[in-house]
Amino acid sequence: MTTVTQELPQVRGVKQIPVFEGFTSGHRTCQGCESALVMRLMIKAAGPRTIVVGSTGCMYVANTTYYSTPWVVPWMHTQLGSSGSAATGTAAGLASLMRKGKMQEEPINVIAFCGDGGGVDMGLSAISAALQHDEYNLLILCYDNESYANTDIQVSGSSPWGANSTFSPPGKVHRIMNRRWKKNTVPMLAAGHPDVRYVATACGSYGPDFTNKIRRALTIGGPTFIHSIDPCPKGWDYDPKYSHELGMLAVETGIWVQYEIVDGELILNGPSRAISRGIRRRKPVTDYLQRQGRFAHLTEEDLQFFQDRIDETWEKWWIPGIVPFGPHDEGE
Amino acid sequence: MATETLPQTEREELISGSEAIAIACSLADVDVITAYPIRPYDTVMQYVSKLKADGAFDCDFIVAESEHSQFEIVKHASAVGARTFCGSSGVGWFYAFEAITVTAGLRLPVVAMVGNRALDDPGAFGVEHNDAMAVRDLGWMLYWVGTAQEALDIALLSWRIAEDPRVFLPMAISCDGSFLTHSQAIVNVPTQEMVDQFLPQYDRGRLQLHPDNPITVAPQVNEDWLMEIRRQTDDAMRRSSDVIREAYEEFKQLFGRGDDSPFIEEYMTEDADIVLVGMGTLAMPVRVAVRRMREQGKKVGFVRVKFFRPFATDEIREALSHCKAVGVIDRDYSYGSPSYGGVLFNEIRSALYTLDNRPLMQSFIAGLGGREVLVRDVEEMTAMVQDSIDSGQVKEENTWIGVRE
Repeated sequence: MTTVTQELPQVRGVKQIPVFEGFTSGHRTCQGCESALVMRLMIKAAGPRTIVVGSTGCMYVANTTYYSTPWVVPWMHTQLGSSGSAATGTAAGLASLMRKGKMQEEPINVIAFCGDGGGVDMGLSAISAALQHDEYNLLILCYDNESYANTDIQVSGSSPWGANSTFSPPGKVHRIMNRRWKKNTVPMLAAGHPDVRYVATACGSYGPDFTNKIRRALTIGGPTFIHSIDPCPKGWDYDPKYSHELGMLAVETGIWVQYEIVDGELILNGPSRAISRGIRRRKPVTDYLQRQGRFAHLTEEDLQFFQDRIDETWEKWWIPGIVPFGPHDEGE
Repeated sequence: MATETLPQTEREELISGSEAIAIACSLADVDVITAYPIRPYDTVMQYVSKLKADGAFDCDFIVAESEHSQFEIVKHASAVGARTFCGSSGVGWFYAFEAITVTAGLRLPVVAMVGNRALDDPGAFGVEHNDAMAVRDLGWMLYWVGTAQEALDIALLSWRIAEDPRVFLPMAISCDGSFLTHSQAIVNVPTQEMVDQFLPQYDRGRLQLHPDNPITVAPQVNEDWLMEIRRQTDDAMRRSSDVIREAYEEFKQLFGRGDDSPFIEEYMTEDADIVLVGMGTLAMPVRVAVRRMREQGKKVGFVRVKFFRPFATDEIREALSHCKAVGVIDRDYSYGSPSYGGVLFNEIRSALYTLDNRPLMQSFIAGLGGREVLVRDVEEMTAMVQDSIDSGQVKEENTWIGVRE
C-alpha cells in the first residue's frame, strides 16, 4: 500500500517540541495570527524533509510575498480549491519518480494546507478524492479561521451561526445574516472515507497535542486530514493578545471538540476528553462569544439559541459533540 | 544527439488518434497521468489504463474527481519533476480552466490532449475548436493535429519541446473529436530505442520542488513584479519557435518523416491565386477539393496551420504573400469579433496586415458541432473567393457554410 514514512516520535510536553524552525520571519501575518503559529508548529513537527503546498488564503498572501518567504522548506502555491489535488499530485510525482529510479528513494512528507474557504467549501471534493488514494502518503491541514479572512472577512461554510462578516453584516431588518450552522467537517470526512487511517481536529493553543497530531498523521501512512481551529483577531474582532486564550475557550465551552480518529477508533483529547467523561463542566458559550466583536450584535435569545445548540450536540448526539445521528430506537 | 536515421524498425498498427497518443505516453515513459471522463478525448485514457492494467506501461494513473483536480494533480507532479500527461474536451477543458491558466503561469511543461468538442449548451459531441482555442493567450503552446500518425509524432515532440528549459511551457495537442480521436489509420509506431534517443528525461533543474532544493514557488508578486514575470513567459514563448524547429529537424532525421515546416503545411500553394486556410482534419476534404479544382484548371492551394501557438507569423506571411485572395475556414466562432470572422481568420488577417500586397480576405465558418465539411462545401467557398477576386472586392467578409435558414 504505502511506502515507508519518516520516523517522527511523539512528544511529551513543550520541551520536546523540536528546535527546528521551518517557518521563520519574512511573513506579514497580522499580530496575534493563530494560523501563523499553526504553520510554525506544523513544520516544526514535520521537519526539514517536507514539501509544503499551500492553497490561496491568508497563509498564501500574507506569508509569501515575492522576494521574502518565511518557508525554509520547499513551498509551492496551489489554487483555492486544490489542496487535495496538490497533495495528490506532489505525492504521486514523488512516488512515480522514486519507483522508476528517477529520484533517490526517501520518505518525503507531503503537506497541503487550506483555509476553511479552500477546504470546507471549495476544495471539499478534491480533499475527498485525495483521501481515497491510500497509495499516497500525504496530510491535508485545514486551518480554520472561520471566514474568508484574506479577502476581507466573508462568511464561509465553516463560519459560526450568527457571526458578523462582510457578507453577513447585521442590519436593520436582518440581525442574523449567517443562518448556517458550522459544517461538521471532520466526522463527515472520517465517516465518508473509512480507509483513511487518521483524521483529527486540533488547536494551536495546545502545542504538544498539535505536534503529536501532525506527526501521527505523517507517520501512519496513506492520506490523512487535520482540521485546526484558528482564532483570528481581525475576523473575530478581539485584542490580538487573546488568540491563545480564545482557542482554549472554544474547546472549554464545548463549541470545538478536540479528538482524533485513529484506524477507526475515536480518541478525545485534553479538555474535550474531560468534558465527555463528566470530569469537567463545559463553560457557558457566552464566555467565548462575548469576547468577540463578531458576536456583539447577538441578543439574549440568540446567545441562548447558541447555547441550546451546543448543549444538544453534547446531550442528544449519538457520539457527543461529534456524530449527530445514531441507530433508530426500536424500543423494547 | 545522433543525427543519422535509425534502421526502419517501426511497426505498423491500425489505430485511432487517441490510441496513438496513448502509445506515445508509454514510449515517453510518462510518470503521472490523470483522467476524468468526457467524450471524445477520454478514449486516450481508456487506452492508457489498459496499457497500465496489462503491465505494458508503468505510470501513476489517477482518475480524478473533476477536470480541475485532473489538471491540478499533473501540475503539482510536474513541479516535483515528473513527466505528465492529461487532457479533456469541450466544457471539461473549461472546468479545468483555473488549473490550466496557472500551469502556464508556473511554467510547468504539462502536456495535454484536447479532443476538440463543441461547448455546451446545447449539448453536442462533435468537433469545434473553441475549447482548445480558449488558452491561446495564456502561454500554452497549441497544436492542431491532422492525422493519427501526426498525433503520435507531435505527442513525442511535445514533451521534448515543453520540457526544454528554454521553454518550460505547457503544450496542448488538439485533435478533432471523432474525426481524429476515434478514426483509425495506419500508424508507424517507433521503437523504444528511437524514442529514448530523441526524448531526454525531464529535468526541472533548479526549479524542482524538493527538500534538497527548498525554493518557494509562486509567492504573491502584485504590481511590483507581475509585469516582469509576464514578460519572462512571453520570452519563453518567443524562444519556443527555435526549439520547435530544432526538435522537428532532429525528429525528421531520426524518424524519417515530417513536413518542410513544423508550423504549417502547404499544399499546392506555389502558383495559387486562391489559398484556403484551415486546421485539423478539415485538411482531408480540402485537399480533395483542391485536387479536383486543380484538374479543372483552377489555381487553388491550401495551407494547414499546425501550430496555432506560437503562431508562425513569418511563415504564414510568406505562404500567403503571393496569392490574390485567402479564404480562411474556421471550425470555431467568435461572436462579435472584427468582421464577425472566425478566430483563425482574424489572426491570419492580422498577420498579413504589414504585407505590401495584401490578398483579399474572406472568412468562412464551417463544420461546427462536428458537421461534416464536404468537398462541395469547399468548392462553394472557393467560388465565393473567386467572385471576390473577379469583382475586386469582398462583399461578405464572413459566411456561415451549410446553415439551414
